[in-house]
Amino acid sequence: MIVVLPILTPLITALIGLIAWGNSRIQRLASVVGSAVGVVIAVILLLTVQENGIQVLYVGNWVAPFGITLVADLFSAIMVTITAFMGLMVAIYALVDIDKDLEVVGYHSLYQFLLVGVTGSFLTGDLFNLFVWFEIMLLSSFVMLTLMGKRAQIEGAVKYVIMNMLSSVIFLASIGLLYGVTGTVNMADLANRVSSAADQRLSLIISLAMLFTVAFGMKAAIFPLFSWLPASYHTPPTAITTIFGALLTKVGVYALIRVYTLIFNTPEIFNYAQIILLLAAGLTMVIGVFGAVAQYGFRRLLSFHIVSQIGYLIMGLAIFTVASLAGTIFYLVHVILAKSALFLVSGIVYRLTGTYDLKKLGGFYHNNMALSMLFFIPAIALAGIPPLSGFWAKFAIIKAGLEAGNYWIIGTGLFVSVFTLYSMIKIWTYAFMRKRPDAYQAPLNTIPASEARLLWIPTVVIGLATILMGIFAGPLFELSTAAAEQLMNTEMYITAVLGGTQ
Amino acid sequence: MISSLILRTATRYLFPIILLFALFALFRGHNEPGGGFVGGLLAASAFILYIFAFGIKRAKASLGVQPISLIGIGLSCAAGSALIAPLVTGQPFMTALWGETDIPSIGKLSTPLLFDIGVMFVVIGVILLIIFTLAEEDEKLNFLNQSD
Repeated sequence: MIVVLPILTPLITALIGLIAWGNSRIQRLASVVGSAVGVVIAVILLLTVQENGIQVLYVGNWVAPFGITLVADLFSAIMVTITAFMGLMVAIYALVDIDKDLEVVGYHSLYQFLLVGVTGSFLTGDLFNLFVWFEIMLLSSFVMLTLMGKRAQIEGAVKYVIMNMLSSVIFLASIGLLYGVTGTVNMADLANRVSSAADQRLSLIISLAMLFTVAFGMKAAIFPLFSWLPASYHTPPTAITTIFGALLTKVGVYALIRVYTLIFNTPEIFNYAQIILLLAAGLTMVIGVFGAVAQYGFRRLLSFHIVSQIGYLIMGLAIFTVASLAGTIFYLVHVILAKSALFLVSGIVYRLTGTYDLKKLGGFYHNNMALSMLFFIPAIALAGIPPLSGFWAKFAIIKAGLEAGNYWIIGTGLFVSVFTLYSMIKIWTYAFMRKRPDAYQAPLNTIPASEARLLWIPTVVIGLATILMGIFAGPLFELSTAAAEQLMNTEMYITAVLGGTQ
Repeated sequence: MISSLILRTATRYLFPIILLFALFALFRGHNEPGGGFVGGLLAASAFILYIFAFGIKRAKASLGVQPISLIGIGLSCAAGSALIAPLVTGQPFMTALWGETDIPSIGKLSTPLLFDIGVMFVVIGVILLIIFTLAEEDEKLNFLNQSD
């Protein structure tokens, strides 16, 4: 039962929002309370999985591999927890950041439906069901992206929708083909059957693995399929950008890690995929960070950074050892926190100045020290300065890469790190350190105290979380290593799901 | 919107009959043609007839709630039907439970029936949301034409 609760909580919250249509007070309250309950449930799930191992729920009492199975292993539980945490933080931020006219058209319900889709994707043990959760997530995100209906948003949304629909089509087609080859869509059952099918029809299975890589790669925004992300993420309100940047691409990464560790985890398949994944990882990192360096829009720069960070995650997957996957999981959590903190700061900067354009900003270091620190800490955490979370995350992946002997990709990763630091310093210099250009001197807008509180609390909490992640890197690494061991030791997952029926 | 006396009088009688028929289709649905989706379409069509006869304002008033709330209620029924099993008998989420007694023209009470009722509400909500929006636009246009 605990496995389905993280999906049900946002669902029920969204339903309350629908029933109380037009009553934004109830909707706002439900959004925050529901998200808070979600955090508690997610933590309980994480503790349960830690204590008792992989949790399985046969939905409708149809045993695997016939019915839909919900599975929570440590990796899923970690992702569900960070999703719930971000869900709560952005729900609080959105109380101020989302205008009244977006609330009346159902922003809070859509937001909760988005969380339903994301959480469902993390918990499902069924490939077709994963597609369904993806669609719930994408449909909510399509609407959220275009809620304001302004020209720039529609333009961004067109690219976003077309690319994501294309990826869904490829995903669905690959599920169909894989079902044709193996006769099952249950992931644990697939793991068994793909490895035996690979003996006879290796090229077919490899082609399927590549199709899945393209489908999930588009959603994760890896090179060369990332163009939709920087084209659309800077257009909606900050709260929406933040939750998109924090979760949506990470679902793609999660799906990639899941299919490669569970289904295509045989040497003949992975050796083929590894070269392509490594290449994609390297190019994603480099192109993403160069794109970021060239930008002058606060959120556009950060959007390109999302792409660059995805490269690191794919690198961790491509190295494919327990150590590198542990690093990847740690990195996932770190990058969700650090990037979201930066986006939230960009929202506050926008509220104060009315612009995201770095050329028109400046002077925050002198007149708003607290805000500057809130930017500075996640920024250098992202760049990988010790002792913050980013350092440990990069260190773990790089160390794993050196042990595995992937020197080129490690070199690329380090090279990109320098440019990450450079682009963070660019924002820091333009928006914070220097004096505001005389042409754009204008008094800062004042934010009413009641609103300021709701904007600051999530920003500060996430900022603190990046620091705490650095301090408690040890225990957190133990957790992510345990999760990575579960991922690589597929027998545990398979027996947990198929257990009695084999 | 001007409609004939015949249509208005007929609607008064047809409206409850169509709604009853919608319920009949819903309960019949589990083993024979029918079900929540068809029932929902029928019930929505009753309201569409009402719009033709009495105009959008009175149709909205006779519905009483917002169409979107109906979607919410319907989804809640569906979610509730899934939750009955774990809460009452401790079986996994979404397990179907069936009552013992056969009620005439309704059949056995069950959680799938509750799910079907939810589907019906969602369908009514979705169709009426579309129809109300279109009808309101239409009425605005009529108003503009008349004022010319």
